[in-house]
Amino acid sequence: MSGFFNSSIGRKIAMALSAFFLMFFLLQHFAINILSVFNPDLFNEVSHFMGTNPMVQFALQPVLIFGVVFHFVMGFILELRNKKAVGVKYYKNNGAANSSWMSRNMIYSGVVILAFIVLHFIDFWFPEINTKFIKGDWSGMHEGIEGYRYFHELQVKFVSPIRVAAYVLAFVFLGLHLLHGFTSAFQSMGSTAGRKKTLQAIGKTYSVVVPLGFILIALYHHFTYHH
Amino acid sequence: MSGKGMNLTLKIWRQNSSEKKGRMVDYKVSDISEHMSFLEMMDVLNEQLIATGEEPVAFDHDCREGICGMCSMYINGEAHGPDRGITTCQLHMRMFNDGDTITIEPWRASAFPVIKDLVVDRTSFERIQQAGGFIAVNTSGNTQDANAIPISKHAADEAMDAATCIGCGACVATCKNSSAMLFVGAKISQYALLPQGQVEAPDRVKNMVAQMDLEGFGNCTNTGACEIECPKGISLDNIARMNRELIKSNFIK
Repeated sequence: MSGFFNSSIGRKIAMALSAFFLMFFLLQHFAINILSVFNPDLFNEVSHFMGTNPMVQFALQPVLIFGVVFHFVMGFILELRNKKAVGVKYYKNNGAANSSWMSRNMIYSGVVILAFIVLHFIDFWFPEINTKFIKGDWSGMHEGIEGYRYFHELQVKFVSPIRVAAYVLAFVFLGLHLLHGFTSAFQSMGSTAGRKKTLQAIGKTYSVVVPLGFILIALYHHFTYHH
Repeated sequence: MSGKGMNLTLKIWRQNSSEKKGRMVDYKVSDISEHMSFLEMMDVLNEQLIATGEEPVAFDHDCREGICGMCSMYINGEAHGPDRGITTCQLHMRMFNDGDTITIEPWRASAFPVIKDLVVDRTSFERIQQAGGFIAVNTSGNTQDANAIPISKHAADEAMDAATCIGCGACVATCKNSSAMLFVGAKISQYALLPQGQVEAPDRVKNMVAQMDLEGFGNCTNTGACEIECPKGISLDNIARMNRELIKSNFIK
């Protein structure tokens, strides 16, 4: 079995499995975030549940972190191995003649997403960990804020136009990454379904709607927050 | 025809041997007929070089009718040049215009080292084939008639499509990862689809993939470039089938 996951195809499959997991997570993250636009109270309730539920915190969260780290580390390993396999570069190479820009630049869109995740962790995850695990405050309350603090914290984060711009840019690259990655993951798993019209349509829809939705949520909070 | 042909500038990779450093060298050819094949144009250049006492450009070629897979040239940034479903010998000069500059390079991949100029060593493909690209049949006179085994038309067609792979290496040459998975996928598929091949299918896929990795080919990232540049139109579905076969051989057997 270790031989399988050390083979070129086994690595592809591991990459695809972690991709499926991350795409599922992204959808769940999006579903919760969109609540902040339509129902701040419900958004607060769900955020408090996700932030304090032991199953989410101690089972799902570590799996997610592993999934993210694995996908990045394996992505870099494969990229380095592929660079080695290529050896001497072409004097002239016309990649656009036979493949999409997205498919040829997964490592670059991936690096942008990695940079975004670092920013996103600094913005939200580290403060959460600090509040809950360092300070030991699991109440979800904050002085001077009525009800739970989550919606307020979200709105404050998107006051800065620079941060909003960084998020928008990152989501554009996420969309580009998904435009190739969604269907590519099926192919790696040995399914030709990703090459058929139905899944290509679902993949395109997912890759456009989810990142665009995140962009609109960020813009919505940027323009509606009045202090 | 004389005086009406194309005048071209060729930028060609020249490298004396695998140990020596290579470089792009410019050549001029004139009065090239649009009806010529690309290899005939190369012949004209080489005649010219021989006449002036220069070393002719070494390039692989054999059948010149698109079935041997030898004519490995990376022309203007594409395997076998700008046309589709062809090898270099089937590429016509009418695809180019008078005054064009054409770059001609060898296949690039660590597993395809340059022997000289445009000639690369593709024996890595042969070692992959030897690792399992065959069926073991007792041919002592008791061989069963192949037609006695029922095979669905669909499976037979797909196996035949996979078997049209000529092992030219355009898939590797065009792949941004120098992956050989279209080639290996085709070779695995042509047997995996037929009852005679299914007997040894689990070992075949394991051994051929192991050899492919050992040769230093890259990992497929499903860009699909190989399928577009393949002179025989081998489908990317064959890579998916190979992946399925490997999963089956590890988890189901």
